[in-house]
Amino acid sequence: MVGWIYLCGVSSIIFVFSIFFFVFREGAPFLRDRFDFKEFFFSPEWYPNSDLNKRYGALALILGTASVTLFAMLIAVPFGLGAAIFISEFCAGKFKEALKITIEILAAIPSVVWGFIGLMVMSPLIIWATGAPVGLNVLNGGIVVALMSLPVIVSISEDALKAVPDTFREAALALGATRWQVIYKVLLPAAKNGLLAAALLGVGRAVGETMAVYMTTGHSVNIPFDSRFPLFHPLQSVRTLTATIAAELGEAPHLHPDPSGNYPPEAHHYQVLFVIGILLFAITFAINLTADLVVKGIRRKG
Amino acid sequence: MEPFSNAYSLETKGLNLWYGDFQALRDISARIRGGIITGLIGPSGCGKTTFLRCFNRINERYGNVSTSGEIRVLGKNIYEPDVCLQELRKSVGMVFQRPNPLPLSVYENVVFGLRIHSPWGSLPKAELDAAVEEALREVFLWDGLKDRLDTPATALQLEQQQKLCIARLLPLKPRVILMDEPCSALDAEGTKAIEDLMDSLRGRYTMLIVTHNMAQARRVTEECIYMLNGVLVEHASTEDLFLYPKDERTEAYIQGRYG
Repeated sequence: MVGWIYLCGVSSIIFVFSIFFFVFREGAPFLRDRFDFKEFFFSPEWYPNSDLNKRYGALALILGTASVTLFAMLIAVPFGLGAAIFISEFCAGKFKEALKITIEILAAIPSVVWGFIGLMVMSPLIIWATGAPVGLNVLNGGIVVALMSLPVIVSISEDALKAVPDTFREAALALGATRWQVIYKVLLPAAKNGLLAAALLGVGRAVGETMAVYMTTGHSVNIPFDSRFPLFHPLQSVRTLTATIAAELGEAPHLHPDPSGNYPPEAHHYQVLFVIGILLFAITFAINLTADLVVKGIRRKG
Repeated sequence: MEPFSNAYSLETKGLNLWYGDFQALRDISARIRGGIITGLIGPSGCGKTTFLRCFNRINERYGNVSTSGEIRVLGKNIYEPDVCLQELRKSVGMVFQRPNPLPLSVYENVVFGLRIHSPWGSLPKAELDAAVEEALREVFLWDGLKDRLDTPATALQLEQQQKLCIARLLPLKPRVILMDEPCSALDAEGTKAIEDLMDSLRGRYTMLIVTHNMAQARRVTEECIYMLNGVLVEHASTEDLFLYPKDERTEAYIQGRYG
């Protein structure tokens, strides 16, 4: 019996390592035979299917993910923080409960439904409002991903604000602070680690999101800058790392090596998708680890 | 600081207070004299803390509180519509049961009140420095802390924290200081230190202190109010209340037969 419980307990560790092992094993031949650091990270030329000249530059995909994530966070972090402050400091009783439950429901909406909304509702709206030729772009994907990462940002931020002892609020109020002064002079500084962790987890959510992003960003390999928009152009279509894996894995042939252990060039497409998987893994792992350390920081001090 | 012009700093007339359906204060009429220390005593749950928390209207934090009757602070009815809650709390400071310094440095704790009551950037550094030194000297913390004003206030010993909580009221020049069992989290030494501090502030502030410690009430207060079940039973000079209680309920409590 104890053995079973032990197994249940450590299963998550087993799963994580198994997944990492599997992804790494599939991507390893590419890393060994074909991987070129400069090409992968600095070239926007993604032509894994070209007959004559296969190129594996992931820069455009990385920037696609980065621009959607950045845009989503520009919306979701202030909005989520505002929502958390409202829930924790300005409302009580039934209304508070109703809001929290609604936000949980927001988290439960399937990714593909969000994609559907982006495709059918937001896209025509964006074309109408901005005159862009295509409604599937960074703006569309960013808004959808912002809405998808809101629940995690709101709930973690609210936990962080709730964890601030009430005596701090009372002390500041008794000195004659207004409600807003209590919030920005006492609560936000006291909860800053938790709030930072909330934002980081939102970033992790945005980087990893696949289906909704696949459906709403236009799926064209494109660097979303031009001379007028040096940061990124929200009305350009992009393709993200995650969407690339989802779209191409089904059509990339899974080939086996010849007896001497060498893979045919056509095999690299399948493998490079797993290298992208490793990259995503590394990004989300780093974000989660940072968020974790940041949260631990609170406990040590508190 | 000018002397207390009107004899009574805090007055209530027919004060009732309810938490939802529960009536915590019943028809309390009290007049608390300026410049002295008045103690609020009575068994747990008798409403002394609730009564104390009426005078800076901090009771209203909880949505289900309703009051009737009149409360006057320095002659001014604090329920009049033109009363600014922030200004009221500036002149009526409060010290809590557990020391609750803000999670800021010692220095920032002391100047917190000044900062929130002045427009941003309007306070010269020299003025703040002077206010910190004056307030910390007043509570006997300056010599011990002058070289570490930037340490987090939450890292101080409890006794120092409670003194700091008193010090941070002083730059706002309050006329009234409300204290809710300020020594209950402290040991005997800490209690003595806080009592000495209260003694040194005597005469310059009207102090109202809730205490469970009868010996403390006798040591530091000039007048005492005995409360029971939300009713003000007896208000007299400390000596009279402890030696010649008029009400037999007070007598039962004083002699330790009740509460």
